[in-house]
Amino acid sequence: MSDVLLEVKNLTRTFDVSLPWLNRVIERQDRQFLRAVDNVSFQIRRGETFALVGESGSGKSTIAKMVVGLLPASDGQILFDGQAMDVNSSAAMTQLRSRFQMIFQSPFASLNPRWRVRDVIAEPMKAFGTVDGKAAIDSRVDELLDLVGLGASDAGKFPHEFSGGQRQRIAIARALSSNPEFIVCDEPTSALDVSVQAQILNLMRDLQDELGLTYLFISHDLSVVRHMANRIGVLYLGALVETADGKELFKAPRHPYTRMLLEAVPDLEMTGKEHSVVKGEIPNPIDPPPGCTFHPRCEFVAERCRNDIPVPVPTPTGEAKCFAVEEGRI
Amino acid sequence: MDDVLLSVRDLVVQFPTRGGILTALDGISFDIKRGEVLGVVGESGAGKSMTGAAIIGLIEPPGRIGGGQIHLGGERIDNLSMDDMRAIRGKRIAMVFQDPLTSLNPLFTIAEQLVETIQTHLNVSAREARDRAIALLDDVGIPAASRRIDDYPHQFSGGMRQRVVIALALAAEPDLVIADEPTTALDVSVQAQIIDVLKRLCSERGASVMLITHDMGVIAETADRVAVLYAGRLAEIGPVRDVIKDALHPYTHGLMGSIPTLAQEDDRLVQIPGAMPRLTDIPDGCAFNPRCDRVFDRCRVERPDPMPHGTRQVACWLYDEQQIKAAE
Repeated sequence: MSDVLLEVKNLTRTFDVSLPWLNRVIERQDRQFLRAVDNVSFQIRRGETFALVGESGSGKSTIAKMVVGLLPASDGQILFDGQAMDVNSSAAMTQLRSRFQMIFQSPFASLNPRWRVRDVIAEPMKAFGTVDGKAAIDSRVDELLDLVGLGASDAGKFPHEFSGGQRQRIAIARALSSNPEFIVCDEPTSALDVSVQAQILNLMRDLQDELGLTYLFISHDLSVVRHMANRIGVLYLGALVETADGKELFKAPRHPYTRMLLEAVPDLEMTGKEHSVVKGEIPNPIDPPPGCTFHPRCEFVAERCRNDIPVPVPTPTGEAKCFAVEEGRI
Repeated sequence: MDDVLLSVRDLVVQFPTRGGILTALDGISFDIKRGEVLGVVGESGAGKSMTGAAIIGLIEPPGRIGGGQIHLGGERIDNLSMDDMRAIRGKRIAMVFQDPLTSLNPLFTIAEQLVETIQTHLNVSAREARDRAIALLDDVGIPAASRRIDDYPHQFSGGMRQRVVIALALAAEPDLVIADEPTTALDVSVQAQIIDVLKRLCSERGASVMLITHDMGVIAETADRVAVLYAGRLAEIGPVRDVIKDALHPYTHGLMGSIPTLAQEDDRLVQIPGAMPRLTDIPDGCAFNPRCDRVFDRCRVERPDPMPHGTRQVACWLYDEQQIKAAE
């Protein structure tokens, strides 16, 4: 059994954002494409949590959707346990699908309001046929509810009877019901208050220890990511600009964008350190800058950055896509 | 005291419903001094936004102020008529909302919206108003302000829109700016920029700020004092550094521990069991007692009011007991 559970190779996704044909003719515009995910490669080892962080529009959720097969990739490959994922082959996909699950951001939108909690949680078991017989399913539902900190008596209720945090627990129970090895968590706590977020994050870590789960954890919140991840990938405009071990990334960020992001996080320790001012905003992804896409905002910019596209260079615990790092300037 | 700009005393906001009267805010008292930034934190439903809405007179019916008083610069404002309140709103108290897209009118250019606001509150000509508007946009850091002023809101990014909203709020040189989650809809890097602008401009103009947010990090960076709300009541209020470094109220303590930080070394977050009670069934005594790990008998029957403790006020019987012991 190989150590790597999920491998993503040169994953790319473009969206056609062209105007309708008639407008294009009248306004003399070409077709336009948006590269939401640009040549992203990473590996996730068994039992670890790999986190993707980035700001809005950096391609986090698009990657999540492609990894679970909700969105076909334009280019590149996703290997799950050594097996290539092929969205078009339904037989092979069904096989694979029972082994991974997803937890979505909003537990208010991800649970069917007309279904009782029991049916919500039982759905994956029925779909994949992992558990047979009504009695067996019911007892498994009770077991799962207990596992996520709810009671068996909650099975007969509807989602609206629960608070946000409890609903996210139900979503987690549903994700666990087909005994997956791998769970994609797309901003699982962004819709929750901090005290509830703490409960959910603790629960997710306990479940990981108990069941040996592997997580792909997607978040915009660096402190949450620091708390959860073994390895972290930083996305900027659809491209992975830096990957590193969790602790290392926060101790010694390499890529200028990572530095800027860390700099921008409000300082709860109140050390009174001065923040350097964040320069500029994320450029329009339809028309990204040439060369390194971060160069207009970068303080280490050189001539080369404006023209050439950087390739990943190895760093102590990962890699970074930056000429300044490559040349040893930072 | 002269340097108190806004004083809120025993504010109660109620919503009559079919099931009885819901009390959304239950006896909140605090002051904001001139030039001070007061942070207001709490979880969803704690009453943060309701406090802001009550001050600026924008509680939506059937909600109403059911008790207490609000004074702005010594003048009582909670019982003013609609027209009198309109003269204050925008002029002396301005508001910055969470979502910059919905607080700007998509059908008018930035120039039209700014000029309208300036002319409503200040007696200036259209040309002067436009010049002022450009100067304001310049101040909030919009590049090429004189050209971009004729753009529509959709032509700006989220962060730029929020800068425009701040410019709008500051247009009439208000004494108090109520900022309700001004950075929640924005990315961290943009959030840092917006906080910077808000802080700088308000201190330049000597305006006080009431900063409503759920994000303790933002408070730590921005506010002078912080008020922590729980279930429509004030749990603790005091200087930011004291509250963050050494929370007195068990709720504040749990809240601080539950926030993952970049510096933290240990693995587990502090977890407050349960959830905030619904307004329909707030427990007797202290609203936090069922979740509190330091609860004792008195908490379950008697409701604590904020009591002074050093630089702070805290609504918790633990600190009353200490006072008793100290007196003995």
